[in-house]
Amino acid sequence: MRVRAFHQAKWDEEVIFELSTPGERGILVPPAEKAVSDAVGDGISAVPEALRRKTPPALPEISQMRVLKHYLRLSQENLGADLNVDIGQGTCTVKYSPKVNDVLAASSKAAELHPLQDESTVQGALEIFHGLDLFLREVSGLDRFSFQPASGSAAILAMVSIIQAWHESRGEGGTRDEIITTIFSHPSDAAAAAVKGFKVITIHQNEDGLPDLEALKKAVSGRTAGALITNPEDTGIFNPKIDEITALVRRAGGLCGYDQANANGILGVTRAREAGFDMCFFNLHKTFGTPHGCGGPACGALGVTARLADFLPVPVVDRAADGRYVLRYDLARTIGKIRSFHGVFPAVLKAYAWVMSLGEEGLREVANVAVLNNNYILSKVKKIRGASAPFAPGRHRIEQVRYSWEKLHADTGVTTEDVTLRMADFGFHLWSSHHPFIVPEPFTIEPTESYSKAEIDEYLAALEKIAEEAYTDPAKVKGAPYNSVVHRIDPGWFDDPAQWAITWRAYLKKHGHEKIR
Amino acid sequence: MSDEKPFVHPYIPNSVPEVKARMLREIGVKSVDELYADIPERLRFRGRMNLPEPLTSESSLKRHVEAVLSKNRSAAECLCFLGGGCWPHYVPAVCDEVNRRSEFLTAYAGEPYEDHGRFQALFEYESLMAELLDMDVVNVPTFDWCQAASTSVRMAGRITKRDEVLVAGTTGPDRLLTMKNYCRGVMTVTTVAHDPETGRMDLDDLAAKFTDRTAAVYFENPSYLGFLETEGRRIADLAHGRGGLCIVGADPSSLGVLEPPSRYGADIVCGDIQPLGIHMNFGGGQAGFIATRDEERFVMEYPSRLFGIARTSVPGEYGFGDVAYDRTSFGVREKGKEFVGTATALWGITAGVYLALMGPRGMADLGQVILQRSQYAMKRIAGLPGVKAPRFRGPHFKEFVVDFSGSGKTVAAVNQALLERGIFGGRDLSIDFPGLAGCALYCVTEIHAAGDIDRLVLSLEEVLR
Repeated sequence: MRVRAFHQAKWDEEVIFELSTPGERGILVPPAEKAVSDAVGDGISAVPEALRRKTPPALPEISQMRVLKHYLRLSQENLGADLNVDIGQGTCTVKYSPKVNDVLAASSKAAELHPLQDESTVQGALEIFHGLDLFLREVSGLDRFSFQPASGSAAILAMVSIIQAWHESRGEGGTRDEIITTIFSHPSDAAAAAVKGFKVITIHQNEDGLPDLEALKKAVSGRTAGALITNPEDTGIFNPKIDEITALVRRAGGLCGYDQANANGILGVTRAREAGFDMCFFNLHKTFGTPHGCGGPACGALGVTARLADFLPVPVVDRAADGRYVLRYDLARTIGKIRSFHGVFPAVLKAYAWVMSLGEEGLREVANVAVLNNNYILSKVKKIRGASAPFAPGRHRIEQVRYSWEKLHADTGVTTEDVTLRMADFGFHLWSSHHPFIVPEPFTIEPTESYSKAEIDEYLAALEKIAEEAYTDPAKVKGAPYNSVVHRIDPGWFDDPAQWAITWRAYLKKHGHEKIR
Repeated sequence: MSDEKPFVHPYIPNSVPEVKARMLREIGVKSVDELYADIPERLRFRGRMNLPEPLTSESSLKRHVEAVLSKNRSAAECLCFLGGGCWPHYVPAVCDEVNRRSEFLTAYAGEPYEDHGRFQALFEYESLMAELLDMDVVNVPTFDWCQAASTSVRMAGRITKRDEVLVAGTTGPDRLLTMKNYCRGVMTVTTVAHDPETGRMDLDDLAAKFTDRTAAVYFENPSYLGFLETEGRRIADLAHGRGGLCIVGADPSSLGVLEPPSRYGADIVCGDIQPLGIHMNFGGGQAGFIATRDEERFVMEYPSRLFGIARTSVPGEYGFGDVAYDRTSFGVREKGKEFVGTATALWGITAGVYLALMGPRGMADLGQVILQRSQYAMKRIAGLPGVKAPRFRGPHFKEFVVDFSGSGKTVAAVNQALLERGIFGGRDLSIDFPGLAGCALYCVTEIHAAGDIDRLVLSLEEVLR
C-alpha cells in the first residue's frame, strides 16, 4: 500500500494584527437614519462620560477580501475530517458529518430562530427536539432526554447535579458525598464530580484492563452518591460485569450514570437500561454524526429513567394532547439550568437528520461496521513492529483500542509524540491520547464506520512505514514534521508565567524586544 | 424493504458485503456478531429500536426535514425585538464563509502540527477579544455566558479561598439558575437588591452583605434589563476594599462605545460572543468568553484551553500550543480546574473573523447606531398612552424594559396581537421577575431600521387602542 506524497499548505501567514493598514474597512454598519438622529442626536451623549470608551479598541483595520483570504489560508492549514482519514483521534469518534445536514441547519428556518419566540412559531424546531428524544429513548432504553448540555462534559455535570439533587430530595444530601469512577473513564467524569464538591474515588483496572470489581466492592458505602462509568472504556474492552457494578452501586443507594459520549460500536446491541443505569448521555457530535467544529458547538444529549425525569434541566419539550409541541418549565425537582435556553439546536437538528437517514437497520450497521473496522485495524496494528495492544490478549474490542509504542520506544527511542508528528507528513493525524497515561507511549485508534477499507489500509501503511523508519533511521522520525505547516514547536514559553503569551498584546509586551518575526 | 438486498448506505463504505467478508477473513472470524463475544447475552438488546422507516435517499431526507422546518416562522420573516441573552444582529457573509469551511467545521482536537490553522485562528480570537476588553488573557470560548459567569465565580472562589458570591438581583435568569446549580454544594449565591427606579445595584445592601466569606461581586453591564450600571467603579472599589474580586458580565457589541469593565475595576470579565457574527440558531449560537489580567493567580485558575504563541525550530516561524496545560482536567482529572472538553471553538473562530472585519471603527459605529436606534425606539414607544419606556431611569444599551401595566393589556395579549402583525414583541418579564409584571424586554440593534421601529410603534398603537 502506497503512502501519499503529501504536503500541507504552508502560507507562512501573518498574525492578523500584522495585516492592519489604518483606514481600511472590512465591513460597514448602517448609519442611523436622519429621523433617528434628529430625534435622539448622536446617541452617545446619553451615556455618562465615565462609561464612554475613551480609546478605541486596538483592533486591526483590514479590507474585506484580505480578511477572507487570511482565514481561508488558515483553514488550508487545518486538516478537517473531510480531508483526512481521521481515525487517529480515538475516543473522539470523528466520522462523516453529512453535508446535507449542514445545508438544512443553515436554512433561515433554523438559523434565524430566536429561542424566546412564541411556541406557535417554532413548532418545527420543537418537533425535531421531541423526535430526537423519542429516537434516543429507543437507543438507550431510558425514558426522557434533555438536549441542554452543550457537550459531554456538560452532560456529566448535569448527571452529577441530578445525583446531588436526588440525594438532597431524600434527605441524604449531607451524607452521600462520594462519586465513584474508573481510571479509563473520561477525565471529566472525575472532574465534573469534583466541581460539585464530591469526593472522587477512582477504581483502577485489573490485569484484564477492566475496573477491579473487588476494589469497587470496598469503595461502595453509605457515602456513595453515585457512579459515572464509561463502557467500553478507552481501551475498547467491553466490561461484561457492568451490570454487577451498577447493581452494587444501586444497592448501596447510589445512582449510576453511563458516560456514552461514544456509543458508536453498540447502537442497537446493548443499552443503558439493560445494564442497570439510571442516566446516560450521547455526544451528538460523536456517535450521531454532527460536525466537531474544531471543538464545538456540540451537544451531550442527557437521558434519564422515569423516576429522575423531574430532575432534568428546564425546559423540556412535550407533545400536548392536541398534538402541539410545548416547552415545559414546571418540573418539580429540576436542577435548574445547565446552559442558556434549549441547547445547541443545530446539533439536535443534524443528529435528527442523521438518524432519519439511517433508521434502525442503519444504526445497527453503523455499529457493526465500526466494530468490524476496529478489529480489522487491531489485527493489522498487532503486526506492526514495535506496536502492541495492552490488556485482554486475544479478545475482540468494540469501537476503539488504546495501543502502545512501548516496545518501539524501548528499541529505538522514538516516542508516540514523534510518531504523531511524523504522521502529519502523510496527511494524517494521530493523537497521543488523554489521561490516564497508564498505557506507556499510548495511541488510540477509532475508525468509526465512515472510512473505506482502502483508506484504513493507507493509514495503516503510514504507521507501518514510520515504525520501519524508527528502526532504520530514528533521526528521521525525530526530525518530523517535514511536510506540515510548522516545524517542532518550542514549548518553553507555555509554562512560564513571565513568557507565556495568550494574546498578541501579551506577546508584544513580553517579547516585543525580540519578536519571533 | 431490504430483506434480500444488502443494506449499503452512502455513509458506510464498508457495508459492501464483499469488503466486509474480506475484512472478517483478515480478522479470523465468521461474522461481526462474533466480535461482540464479550457482551453477555443478558446485556444484549435483542429487540428492535422503534425508529421511523429511514429516508436513505438524500432528496427524500431533505424534503422531510424541510417540511418539518417549514412549520417555523423565523425572525427573518418577521420583525424580531427579542433579546435577553440571544440577540438579532447582522451576520457578515464572510463569517459564514469561514465557519462553513470543511477544514474548520469538521476538525476536532488535532495537534498544532496538522491543525496549525485552528490554533492560530483561536489565538487570534483571544487576541482580538483582548483588545475589545482591554485585558491580556482571554480563553478559548466556553459554552455560553451562563457557563462563563459560573466559571468566573468559581475562579474567584479559588483565588480568594472564599465561598460566597454576591450577584446583582437583575442578573439574567438563565445565568442565575446556571450559576446556582454550578455552585451548589461548594459556594453560595446571594442576590443583592437593586434600586427600583434605576435598576442599579443597591450599594448599601451590597456593603451590608459583603463579608469575609465573599469571594466576589458579579453584575452585568449593560444589565439583562438593558440599563447601564453607572456605579461600576464604586462596586469594584467596595469589593476590593474587602478582599474580594469584581466580576462583570459585558455585551461585546457595546464595547466600541462603552468603557470596557477592566477600566472601572473588573478583575474578571465574561459574556457571550453570539452578537459577533453568529446566527441566533434558536439559542444554539451562544459561546462564552472569560477575560482577566495576565497574572499567574488568574491564569492558573482557568479551566479552559488557553492557546499561546511560541517559537519553532525554524527562525521566523510562528507556532502555537496550550499554555499551562497541566491545570486542566485533561492533564490531572479531578485535581484540575473544573473541567475542559468540547465547547464552542467554531464560534470563537467566527467571532474573530467578525472583529477583524469590523475593526475599531466598525465596533464604534455599531455601538453608536444601537444606542441611537434603541433611544429612538424608547422615545417613540414612550409616546404611547399608558405605556412607560424605559421602565428604569438612566442610560441604556440595546435593550430596555417597556411597562404596559398602565395600558390595561397584558404583555401576553400585546405579544399575541403583534405576532398577528408579523412582529415578535419583547420577552414577557413577569415570567422571571415578579416585580416587573406587565413589563416586556425589548431589543433594538443595527438590523432594526427606523422604518421597522416605526412599524412596531404603529402596531402597538393599534394593539393598545
